[in-house]
Amino acid sequence: MPGLEDLYREIILDHYRNPRNRGELPSPPAYRVEGFNPLCGDEIVVYLDVSEDGRVVDLRISGQGCSISQSSASMMSSAVKGKTVDEARSLIRAFKAMMSIHEQRLDADGQPEDAVIEEPGVKLGDLEALQGVVKFPVRIKCATLSWNTLQQGLDEADQAAPSPA
Amino acid sequence: MTMQLDVERIKKDFPILDVGVRGHRLVYLDSAASSQKPQAVLDAMTRYYETTHANVHRGVYAIAEEATRLFEEARAKVAAFIGAPSPRGVVFTKNVTEGINLVAQSWGRANLRPGDAVLLTEIEHHANLVPWLMLKEWLGIELRYIPLGEEGQLDLSDLDRLVDGVKLVGLTAMSNVLGTLPPVRRIADAAHAAGAVVLVDAAQYVPHLVTDVAELGADFVGLTAHKMLGPTGIGVLWGRESLLDEMPPFLGGGEMIRDVRLDGFTPNELPWKFEAGTPPIAEAVGLGAAVDYLSGLGMESVRAHEIELTAYALRTLTERFGDDIVIHGPAEPGMRGGVVSFSFKDLHPHDVSQVLDEWGVCVRAGHHCAKPLMRRLGVGATARASFYVYNDEADVDALADALDKTSDLFA
Ligand SMILES: Cc1ncc(COP(=O)(O)O)c(C=O)c1O
Repeated sequence: MPGLEDLYREIILDHYRNPRNRGELPSPPAYRVEGFNPLCGDEIVVYLDVSEDGRVVDLRISGQGCSISQSSASMMSSAVKGKTVDEARSLIRAFKAMMSIHEQRLDADGQPEDAVIEEPGVKLGDLEALQGVVKFPVRIKCATLSWNTLQQGLDEADQAAPSPA
Repeated sequence: MTMQLDVERIKKDFPILDVGVRGHRLVYLDSAASSQKPQAVLDAMTRYYETTHANVHRGVYAIAEEATRLFEEARAKVAAFIGAPSPRGVVFTKNVTEGINLVAQSWGRANLRPGDAVLLTEIEHHANLVPWLMLKEWLGIELRYIPLGEEGQLDLSDLDRLVDGVKLVGLTAMSNVLGTLPPVRRIADAAHAAGAVVLVDAAQYVPHLVTDVAELGADFVGLTAHKMLGPTGIGVLWGRESLLDEMPPFLGGGEMIRDVRLDGFTPNELPWKFEAGTPPIAEAVGLGAAVDYLSGLGMESVRAHEIELTAYALRTLTERFGDDIVIHGPAEPGMRGGVVSFSFKDLHPHDVSQVLDEWGVCVRAGHHCAKPLMRRLGVGATARASFYVYNDEADVDALADALDKTSDLFA
């Protein structure tokens, strides 16, 4: 049976107690996206400043939630700040793979298949501390809340950006 | 005189309480979500399957007749347990949720017109909100709410105005979040004076207090077996027979008909008119055994035990944690049921219940299917400990000790 030490690693508690990049950004120009976990009432707001050359130049988190969702958001903010949108997207995929989230995609015959999409080149660093969450299935949604919200923000940024000629 | 419950002996009747969790004994404080089952209930269901099972109201052979007899005997036991004048008004459902949907769909569609008003309260479980919100969408009925006032009590100061012109008043007899015991009789009298019928969600009430449908002043009462030591998969809707007789059927199929032709059908008489398809027979037998078990303890004793234990819990938690704990709901143990919702420090209830689980202590964390109430309380979620006949002061102490550990971990 997994124990608490698998879940509440010291670095997670640190990010929970001292969340990084908390606050808001004026929106617009920043993208403001809300995420919601109906199970536990967690709410997260991600503010994203994406530069014209497709870089996440600033990012802020507000909202409230449990230690897992809050620390995951905090670590995410540190990991993503300064990265390009593409790098941020591979980080999201790598994080979800670590959370064993199965993405539906079409296989060669056009049939939907469930697969964990690995991102071999991506370093998760501190975020690996969240791996223990996988042993507590009901908490996975807490860990992924901010990541799904970020993804939505990146999608909005992409849609708004002038498509490359 | 009410006998004191012998909790030590009662604990032995519940096999699950022997199951350890991570080397700790199981401290089960989530009976408001679902209670555990005594051996007597498990045995009754097993015995039924081993010796008697056949479909009811069909075969003429011996075991089919015996199955039917046991099924109807269970109905009679429930009727007696809730003070129903006759088993005819006792309809078996899947759970209380289905019972309330039955009223909304059958009574509601026959009696409500666009613009008609239904009065509910702000402390309802989703089970007594969503069926009416659905009718609002379909029929355009108006919904009104009795607000939550001070000290976890309903604010009845505006009751006369709220109840004026409504067709139905639906309310919980005990809040699953706050433990509040609203004055059902007083509200029912006001409703009747205004010409409305009264539906009582007694999911949390029947397991813990002496229930008498006439004393409650209700026209419909819903209960759910799994919260009162019985199995999942069965509940009861009691209804005033004159109302049930007038109502159209809810679900259609076998069992609920007297005659079927290719161009129409004649519904069965009460209570089978509302029981389409093969019913939960073993579950009814289990519910009957649960009712026997509770009657054996005596519901006055059950209630007295819970008041005492709730008082101990409120005292212990406030003494040990002071301002670090906020307990929602009425402060006076005699005015509330044995559910204690709390916020602990600034910790999220998910984190609290996760750490408690490490020590074998099971509490619920979340919105308890009462999101409008959560919004009203200004919290996203709470942790909730709830007590039943197999809980004692040692369980409360285990909760408090585990809260200390939680506090240490996040310090
Ligand atoms: C007050 C109240 N009403 C309704 C319900 C729904 O019960 P069930 O899910 O068994 O239908 C519950 C329990 O969850 C409850 O506490």
